[in-house]
Amino acid sequence: MKNLNKSTQKLIISILVIVVLYIVMAVMESTGNLSSLMSGLLVPVCAYSLVAIGLNLCVGYLGELSLGHAGFMCVGAFTSAFFSKAYANTIPDVPRFILALLIGTFFAALFGFLIAIPVLRLSGDYLAIVTLAFGEIIKNVINVLYVGIDSNGLHVSMKDMMSLGLEPDGTLLVNGAQGITGTPRQATFLIGVLLVIFALVVTFNFVNSRTGRAVKAIRDNQIAAETVGLPITKYKLIAFTISAAIAGVGGVLYAHNINSLTATTNNFGYNMSIMILVYVVLGGIGNFSGSLIATVVLTMLPEMLRGLSNYRMLIYSIVLIALMLFNWAPDILKFRADHGLTSKTILGKIKKTKEVQ
Amino acid sequence: MALLEVTNLGISFGGLRAVDEFNLQIEKGELYGLIGPNGAGKTTVFNMLTGIYKPTDGKIFLDGNDITGKKTADINKSGVARTFQNIRLFGDQSVLDNVKIGLHNSFEYSTFSGIFRLPKFFATEKEMDKKALEILSVFGLDKEADILASNLPYGKQRELEIARALATEPQLLLLDEPAAGMNPNETRDLMNTIALIRKEFGVTILLIEHDMKLVSGICEKLTVLNFGRVLSQGETSAVLNDPEVIKAYLGE
Repeated sequence: MKNLNKSTQKLIISILVIVVLYIVMAVMESTGNLSSLMSGLLVPVCAYSLVAIGLNLCVGYLGELSLGHAGFMCVGAFTSAFFSKAYANTIPDVPRFILALLIGTFFAALFGFLIAIPVLRLSGDYLAIVTLAFGEIIKNVINVLYVGIDSNGLHVSMKDMMSLGLEPDGTLLVNGAQGITGTPRQATFLIGVLLVIFALVVTFNFVNSRTGRAVKAIRDNQIAAETVGLPITKYKLIAFTISAAIAGVGGVLYAHNINSLTATTNNFGYNMSIMILVYVVLGGIGNFSGSLIATVVLTMLPEMLRGLSNYRMLIYSIVLIALMLFNWAPDILKFRADHGLTSKTILGKIKKTKEVQ
Repeated sequence: MALLEVTNLGISFGGLRAVDEFNLQIEKGELYGLIGPNGAGKTTVFNMLTGIYKPTDGKIFLDGNDITGKKTADINKSGVARTFQNIRLFGDQSVLDNVKIGLHNSFEYSTFSGIFRLPKFFATEKEMDKKALEILSVFGLDKEADILASNLPYGKQRELEIARALATEPQLLLLDEPAAGMNPNETRDLMNTIALIRKEFGVTILLIEHDMKLVSGICEKLTVLNFGRVLSQGETSAVLNDPEVIKAYLGE
């Protein structure tokens, strides 16, 4: 009970910080103090944050390493963009975006559920390899998918555009490797921030509910969890599905922020999966606010360093290594503990100075 | 009818016959001891009773129902709970949450009402807290309810494991070496606790133990295992005076 109150406080503080950051960014943007590069990053940062929250649920609470979360993001992105484009002229903007959001989330959850059935029988490295493969399969299937619509209905092909056999009045919705073009750009920074807050609250409530306790119990000790009567598979499935659904929300946001949506290695392939995993690990496994901070810093950093041209990836990797050492290396952890440099002691010091004042 | 009836139970791991022709009958309300030298197969018997191992031969009946080879979670639901020789708590969760996980199947609300904090969530969580604290107070652990389970001292971790097992409302409680690693004082406290929970919760208890003092002090009946086979079985005093048992424990 006391623990719950404490963590609720932490959640409220995180939400307040997000709101303050949002206001600062929004003011800077409207007064023209934000470079176009940075303001172009605002929505993608929210999208990546959502995927990171989803992956953190999987890694930190289910205790299983997934390298395929970009795949679920991809499913959410393409299903919602497909819907938005197909109904661009028939449904008004606001209900269409809400429906697209629900559809993207639903399909990402469905794929998560279906993939979890075989995959969760494995554990550790094997699970990581299989999820990695699934992420790639999703991306590659979308790359050869052609879908068009005309007066005869929907046409689907996995060969090329010609074999669709569209009537002259038909429109091409998904054009293979060129993906979906002309999705309405409806994702705004405000929507992104609201979705991130919503995802934070949902995951927080989930891990502190009866189901979440069961998931954590399975992570802590599977045999003991079985002997107190917990159905292991059921709870693993629930957690993995929710995790995939949140990644799907990130995908919807991502898809509605760009004009032409394609599935490449950089946006939905293993590169992205690994990058999200980097956010989660550096932000702290099981720590949702930490993943947000890591996502914001590590997405903004390469863009801020763009002026340094060739040296920027070098600096980026050095920052990554430094962060990792700072958070995980035993010697540095010991040094920080000896010199009062842990987050706990620093917070304590700040409190004390405040009391003195 | 006996609460637990085990007939001709046996298990082989490859060429190794770990337990062979194991028979056991425990009446409702009994406190039964399973003893034997190291490697005799005691924990293997527990693992078969709780479905962690599937027995190669034989049958297990709980209250007349066949539970042989069922899933561990289902065996728990039909009324068997256990503790482990090497303590298996949910270390990253609070003492209270450990017991609440034990209560998982007795209280219910959907994942949906948990995520969106519907009224059912608050009502059920409140009831669960109350019930969990009630169980913890039997062990005097209610003051430590908010501590992480892994931060409890060793003896209390063992008690918490028993509390968690009791939260699943078992008919039969299996205790795997509850006094392992305890000093004489802690062992005496544990004997009192076991007597207390038997009275308070009305459970039948089967325990594995090395500590002869504990066994002879509280168990009414004993089974002695040696090399996977039953060496002697019956009333405690008779079994402990059995020359075969003395031979197995002390040598000739």
